[in-house]
Amino acid sequence: MSNDFLSQALVYLAGAVICVPIAKKIGMSSVLGYLISGIIIGPFVLGFIGHEGEGIMHVAEFGVVMMLFLIGLELEPQAFWRMRKSITGFGLSQIIGTTLLLFLLFQILGWDWTMAVSVGLTLTMSSTAIVLQTLKEKGLSKTDAGEASFFVLLFQDIAVIPILAVLPLLATTDVSPDLAHTSFMSGLSAWLQTIIVIGAVGSIYATGAYVVVPLLRMIAKTGLREMFTASSLLLVVAVAFLMELVGLSPALGTFVAGVVLANSEFRHELESDIEPFKGLLLGLFFMGVGASINFQLLSEAPGQIATIVITVILIKFTVLFIIGKIFKLKNDQNFMFSLGLSQVGEFAFVLLAFTGQLNIISEEWLGKLTAVTAISMMTTPLLLLLNDKFISPYFGTKEKPDKKPADKIDEQHNVIIAGFGHFGSTVGRVLRANGIEATILDNNSDQVELLRRMGFKVYYGDATRLDLLKSAGIENAKLLIAAIDSPEINNELIATVTKHYSHVKILARARNRFDAYELMEMGVKNIYRETLYTSVHLAIDALQELGFRKYTATRQGQKFIEYDDKAMSKLIDSRHDDKEYAINARREIEIQEKLLQNDLMLQFSPEDHSWDSNYLKETLMGKEKKREE
Amino acid sequence: MSNRILILFAHPLFEKSRIHKTLTDNIPEGVTFHDLYEEYPEFNIDVEREKQLLLSHDLIIWQHPIYWYSCPAILKQWIDMVLEVGWAYGPGGLALKGKSILQVISTGGAKTTYQAEGFHHNTIHEFLTPFIRTAQLCNMKYLPPFVAHGSHRIHEDELEEVGKNYNWVLNYFKHQTPDFEILEKYDYLNDWLTENRKA
Repeated sequence: MSNDFLSQALVYLAGAVICVPIAKKIGMSSVLGYLISGIIIGPFVLGFIGHEGEGIMHVAEFGVVMMLFLIGLELEPQAFWRMRKSITGFGLSQIIGTTLLLFLLFQILGWDWTMAVSVGLTLTMSSTAIVLQTLKEKGLSKTDAGEASFFVLLFQDIAVIPILAVLPLLATTDVSPDLAHTSFMSGLSAWLQTIIVIGAVGSIYATGAYVVVPLLRMIAKTGLREMFTASSLLLVVAVAFLMELVGLSPALGTFVAGVVLANSEFRHELESDIEPFKGLLLGLFFMGVGASINFQLLSEAPGQIATIVITVILIKFTVLFIIGKIFKLKNDQNFMFSLGLSQVGEFAFVLLAFTGQLNIISEEWLGKLTAVTAISMMTTPLLLLLNDKFISPYFGTKEKPDKKPADKIDEQHNVIIAGFGHFGSTVGRVLRANGIEATILDNNSDQVELLRRMGFKVYYGDATRLDLLKSAGIENAKLLIAAIDSPEINNELIATVTKHYSHVKILARARNRFDAYELMEMGVKNIYRETLYTSVHLAIDALQELGFRKYTATRQGQKFIEYDDKAMSKLIDSRHDDKEYAINARREIEIQEKLLQNDLMLQFSPEDHSWDSNYLKETLMGKEKKREE
Repeated sequence: MSNRILILFAHPLFEKSRIHKTLTDNIPEGVTFHDLYEEYPEFNIDVEREKQLLLSHDLIIWQHPIYWYSCPAILKQWIDMVLEVGWAYGPGGLALKGKSILQVISTGGAKTTYQAEGFHHNTIHEFLTPFIRTAQLCNMKYLPPFVAHGSHRIHEDELEEVGKNYNWVLNYFKHQTPDFEILEKYDYLNDWLTENRKA
């Protein structure tokens, strides 16, 4: 048994570790990497895992539950309450619209109406796991499209509950389903069920606020890190269990728990504790999806399945796109939103299994629709990739502000700022205050819209893309200010620009000295460490508070910056003493230690005699004394 | 061959100065131009570097406008920090011995205002006393200053003339050590120049 467990763990972990980095490397999302590795290790390619892949998925669905907990944590109750109308608006219209279209289609195909309704409802669900994970990875959660997607998904999570309740009514046979979803409440009357449901959610709210937080405080005091992790997990598991018990969606329950705890001081700790579990379980879930695709069925009726997949995606996309239009999403956002949610989600697996047991659909269709669901999940990362490459750049660069005579302004824009977050925008404001209009590249389309209205010349999209850089005028640019939040993307941008446009001078933002090392190695001369100037400035004020004269402290600060810059270039040589160099925590500590030791030996002052009348006296008198002797 | 002349230039608003633009435009090749406000915008002067620069040149020029009868703040900062006791002056302070120093200055007022009976009640020479003494204390030869008066209302052609003169002086001293004996008889270097350029 333990041997079996180890070999399984080996297969899954190895599959993930090999496939996901490759997928990331060639620019795909990690979701696709997991899915592919699932297919590879699955029964139809390498056969390392058999059909237990589906069993794994049930465990792994817990990753979705954890994800909703984390989402809840980032959402304060007030914010959630403000969103209630949007959630209903987006969510309800999506479910009704999509189900209706699918139902009509199936009716035309001559399906039984019960099957048409249940399959319609099932295929309407989108995948919380894929969409939210992808949005987060791309840093788009806070955009209009990201929020709209979240509304739809959250509403679907809630809608699963009544759907599960309605499905048995459609059953032609009287088989009582033995699923976990039929809880102890099944026998109770409807009004009692309602009371219990409300009571369950209410109790989560109450315990969250009045029991869990004090409990966490106590556990935090023990100082045992693993106890805190254990209690975080316990919290999520307990909530999920309670929800299953009363027949509610565990995802919904943990989401509420997350919202309740969003205001507590433990928010970040809970987040960092749950995060890795969530990531791994979600990965496992995606791999399970990949492994569960029945290629046998596929090979028997490839045309039929492909048609269903395409039709379903097309219908979902159309409905979503119309909703996006109604709610006035901008085109680029709307494409992201509609394509992102166009797949059939993991709830479909649950609902399909349920309808199968209710004998609403046949064994054959069950297999086919499961395959359709899994395949449609695979298409999303690809569709989003196509959107990034072909659709969004079209909108991003074509939607220029059309009022101004573009040509004249173009010539002045010989500064490009990539990344207009807190760092880049400060740079841009200083330049603007001095009459320099920079061209801005940013991948947050809300921000882009605002900046355009303010008269900035902004290009939306991935700044590392050559075509975007070209349309932003990199060929005639003099300066590139690389101020993107993510150091990886920033470095990529710098590498691209140095390679293709060596005439452009680069001023690069670095978060810290380690980023700066990398930039130095790439040959960047002008590096600005966020953590240098501000901290030195603070230290100067601290020295002043401690009784130093401000000017003396300021001069010490100036000297420190100079000294630290020099120390950087010295250390960069010694950095290559190790053959296999990777920045790791231990190495960082070693470097810190070296720095601190050098600081001890360093005394700025002995060489600095300016305005020092004691030194003056000593020099003048000392020499005289010597002469007297 | 390394440069003999080092120009230490100090102007806090160079981009708006007609006169110093003209002057710097007329600096010939082979002269080291060192723009203090550009090098040290935060006044953190690199003393070691400045010392090396001084040591490697023979004629040091302080080029700056006159503000409140003195030099711009950064040049005073430079004097305070670089001319150290035990190096530039005082016991063992012989690093600059024998070098020449020339002040190239501009004033808003005309030459006539810088006279005992003029608006400013004192001559340029009198106002420059601190600089003269500084040079002497550092065992340097203080040459008569090159002055561009009346910068407020100077004409284009006059401006051009000043530029040409500056260019001539720099070219002259690029290869020749100033003859201090002769020069010190003049109030302004401009006077010596007029005589010699014609000759």
